[in-house]
Amino acid sequence: MATTRKTTMTRTPLLSVQHLTMRFGGLLAIDNLSFDAYKGDITALIGPNGAGKTTVFNCITGFYKPTEGRIGFAHETDAYDKIDALTASANRSDIHGSALYLLERMPDFEISRDAKVARTFQNIRLFGGMTVLENLMVAQHAPLMTASSFTFGGLFGLKKYQDGHSHAMELAKFWLNKVGLTERADDPAADLPYGDQRRLEIARAMCTEPKLLCLDEPAAGLNGKESAELNELLLFIGKEHGTSVLLIEHDMNVVMGISDHIAVLDYGKKIADASPEEIRNDPKVIAAYLGVDEDEVEEAVKTPVKKKAAKSKGAKK
Amino acid sequence: MGSVTDVNQYDDSLLIKSLKEAVIAGFITFLMAAILIGVKSEIAIGGIELKYRWGALFAAAGIAAAGRFVLSYLFWGRDTKVGDYLDKGLNGLSGATSGMGKIIPIALLALAILLPFLLMQAVPAQARYYLDIATVVLIYVMLGWGLNIVVGLAGLLDLGYVAFYAVGAYSYALLATTFGLSFWICLPLAGILAGFWGVILGFPVLRLRGDYLAIVTLAFGEIIRVVLLNWYEVTGGPDGISRIPRPSFFGLADFKRGDSGFAALFDIPYSPMHRIIFLYFLILALALLTNWITNRLRRLPLGRAWEALREDEIACRSLGINTTNTKLSAFAIGAMFGGIAGSFFATRQGFISPESFTFIESAIILAIVVLGGLGSQIGVVVAAIVLIGGTEIFRNLEEYRMLVFGLGMVLVMIWKPRGLVSTRIPSVFLKERKAVSADLVAQGEGH
Amino acid sequence: MGAFICLTAISANYLLSFGERILEYFVQQLINGLTLGSIYGLIAIGYTMVYGIIGMINFAHGDIFMVGSFISLILIVALGLTAAAGMWTIIFVLLFVLVVSMVLTATWGWAVERIAYRPLRGSFRLAPLITAIGMSIVLQNFVQISQGARNKSIQPLVTGGHDVMVNAETGFSAYLSNIQILIMTVTVVLMFGFTFLINKTSLGRSQRACEQDTKMASLLGVNVDRTISLTFIMGAALASVAGVMFLLYYGVVDFYIGFLAGVKAFTAAVLGGIGSLPGAMLGGLLIGLIETFWSGYFSVEYKDVAAFSILAIVLIFMPSGLLGKPEVEKV
Repeated sequence: MATTRKTTMTRTPLLSVQHLTMRFGGLLAIDNLSFDAYKGDITALIGPNGAGKTTVFNCITGFYKPTEGRIGFAHETDAYDKIDALTASANRSDIHGSALYLLERMPDFEISRDAKVARTFQNIRLFGGMTVLENLMVAQHAPLMTASSFTFGGLFGLKKYQDGHSHAMELAKFWLNKVGLTERADDPAADLPYGDQRRLEIARAMCTEPKLLCLDEPAAGLNGKESAELNELLLFIGKEHGTSVLLIEHDMNVVMGISDHIAVLDYGKKIADASPEEIRNDPKVIAAYLGVDEDEVEEAVKTPVKKKAAKSKGAKK
Repeated sequence: MGSVTDVNQYDDSLLIKSLKEAVIAGFITFLMAAILIGVKSEIAIGGIELKYRWGALFAAAGIAAAGRFVLSYLFWGRDTKVGDYLDKGLNGLSGATSGMGKIIPIALLALAILLPFLLMQAVPAQARYYLDIATVVLIYVMLGWGLNIVVGLAGLLDLGYVAFYAVGAYSYALLATTFGLSFWICLPLAGILAGFWGVILGFPVLRLRGDYLAIVTLAFGEIIRVVLLNWYEVTGGPDGISRIPRPSFFGLADFKRGDSGFAALFDIPYSPMHRIIFLYFLILALALLTNWITNRLRRLPLGRAWEALREDEIACRSLGINTTNTKLSAFAIGAMFGGIAGSFFATRQGFISPESFTFIESAIILAIVVLGGLGSQIGVVVAAIVLIGGTEIFRNLEEYRMLVFGLGMVLVMIWKPRGLVSTRIPSVFLKERKAVSADLVAQGEGH
Repeated sequence: MGAFICLTAISANYLLSFGERILEYFVQQLINGLTLGSIYGLIAIGYTMVYGIIGMINFAHGDIFMVGSFISLILIVALGLTAAAGMWTIIFVLLFVLVVSMVLTATWGWAVERIAYRPLRGSFRLAPLITAIGMSIVLQNFVQISQGARNKSIQPLVTGGHDVMVNAETGFSAYLSNIQILIMTVTVVLMFGFTFLINKTSLGRSQRACEQDTKMASLLGVNVDRTISLTFIMGAALASVAGVMFLLYYGVVDFYIGFLAGVKAFTAAVLGGIGSLPGAMLGGLLIGLIETFWSGYFSVEYKDVAAFSILAIVLIFMPSGLLGKPEVEKV
């Protein structure tokens, strides 16, 4: 424990959510929530249904404007030194030197385009009538627009656009290969089976070349085999490819199997924030997650960890 | 009326059921027609005089009953779709186009280029008449292609497209009559002005969703028409603008008799057909340019973003696409082509008035796009030929022409709700370009 | 449309000739605006109900209104009703005309749904919009062919009225005519009856159920087709009431009045918040008031521009209209 605590002290976060509060009319969906996600980590956000997890995601990715709070996002670890100065200013980002962004000030598309935070959706949102490959090309809109000189160059087939296009194709092929959909590249996305659609959505988000990938229940509706494949894919993204991952998930095999660090939400409040083992044994979490049914708590504590790929780096703030 | 999907194995019960339905249909038609067909109101001295037409009333009820009987007894009761027969009978335009791939567009293009010469050879007396129809069809093809960008690709329902057509027409007419600018300078200017109006109108309204956008675009269309109608000093009000200059042969010659004419330039005998043929080729070229740019844009990130926007706007935003700008660009480019078509219209007619830019025009253009199959370029051509060409041929029906037009719209839509050509061609492919069935393609805003 | 522009122009010019911006003048505009707004509101209810239940713009609804006013015109002429008849005769005959016109117009509303929309139920959104435009063209041209293209007018049936207030200096009086009283009374009565129908009866309940979730409603035993048909029947009946009132108020109809009235009424429905019945009535009244006040104080020519501009402005700031439920974007 002591060592983990020490590592936390020296690391600064990639994403830092501070005092986030979100109200919908009279409903307090998120109540003064603070948590961090670290570079290179897979961070999980768990909690019972209706705890406000998706709302947190929507605030981070700009689909909702939080009622209160600050969401800092830094590409470099030292950038957080400037966060108070940036907050005091009217700017939404500081891209001189090490990039620092205040996500709560940015419109949704800029969060993806500039801050490089990508996301998937709980109910998959693919471009169903477009092919798998087209889905991945749409994700590379911003660099391709630049390459096509905002369409004018592309219209006349300039070389710059052709280069940009082939580069985009390479990236799309790389992720197609990673999610095992190369064979189906030219089929409409809506024709894919459910599990493939989930993976395609992740591949599409990765094609925006994000620094942080936010996944909203990626294992929902997957069978055991598919869920194991998903674990592998997420570990590749988080550990080998070097994109940090923030994950909402109900499937404990996935959460416990791959996360470095878990934050638990209940009724919009954070009730725990620690490593998977600590969370597993935290009575507060068990009570919140499973209700107060004693038997279920017992069972949950006894369930063995199936996969333990990442070392425990969990942290308590 | 009873259920239409019941499968009856016994003809007797089917017969009785069909007869029953026929009687009901006849009765309802009788009620509907009782006043509007049964009685004719005519203006007479001191008020209105009524004429009773019992024969017509019973005929209408009888036709409805008979029609319903035929449908119930021969088609619905036997679980066959009327549309299947139509499909077989017409050999399915969509099947033909997807089956023969590129042949049909090339054949159509070849026909379009050769048409004036074929007509001059085959029917020299009526060549002008047919060429005029072809020119009108091509104007609608171009308008359809322009609106296809907005509705078909970006999925934004625009019910006021005629506004941009009007802006283009009036821009050319005013620039040419006031400043004496030539057609070839005005053409791009009119396009730019219409596109500019597209941005101005689009900017405040494009964050509205679905049908709200539709009603506001309709409102803008009406606003522009009302302004054209009432801003007498500039637009001439209901009198419109007349004596709009005709286009020259690229500034080299005009189409008048005499030394400065086209005939003199090429040293051929003068013919009034030269101008007609030139105008035909001009609109053909403009339409093809629209098509080329649209096809090109579909393969660029901008066009792909339009289609993605039609599929799922929220997903677009999560991928870093500025949806406002993307919508605006679709609106502006669509408007630009509408404006260019408008200035062609003005120069061809030589006279324009607000009457040419009513809501019904927007409705017809939208119908062409939807009947053709949203997003399908060849579908627009087919629908324009069927709708515009078809009603031109029915011109001798006179007042029944628009009735037939409306009924045709309803029937074709029920037969093929996805439009005549209902496949989507992917903009990029890895191994092979497979057409996407339209059932999977979203229709944009409003869901 | 001609009737609209003409009559408002005449009345507005007449009023403007008094020139002074006096209170009586204002009251007069208010009365005229509420009358016109009542007619718009009655039509707007049909739009809003159909939109609420199947989510489509029923473009043919304005033409159903036109059909209703033609039917009532012919009935009135056929029955030989004139202002010379006694008050009770006029009331009873008009009531009869109203009921017959409602029934016959309702069959038109039903038929339009049955022919052009039901086959496309569950189909793509734009398909029924196109058939609706098609039906609108069909209805207009059908009436044009069967009844001729020229304006049809009748002599005023309900005459007389009351001076509400008279300006001592100019002698200008704000006049509330009997026909205006009739229109507003009928509208208020129908609104109450209708609210009762929607909120208290089983028909209203199935209608609201279909609005929420058509599939679930049908699983729970609501006959969805029947409910939708009834919605069209009710909408058409209300439109025919508006048609009768329009005829009595302006005395002129032609086959084209449906288009502009329909667009205005739809604008009213959207302004009030589409799907909301009180919203439709409120929107109708607002559009009526905007138009008359604009005509009365600024220019008759640009009254439509004023109405449409206010629609655009309201929607930009309140994207769900005045009384509509705000749409929560589901991510």
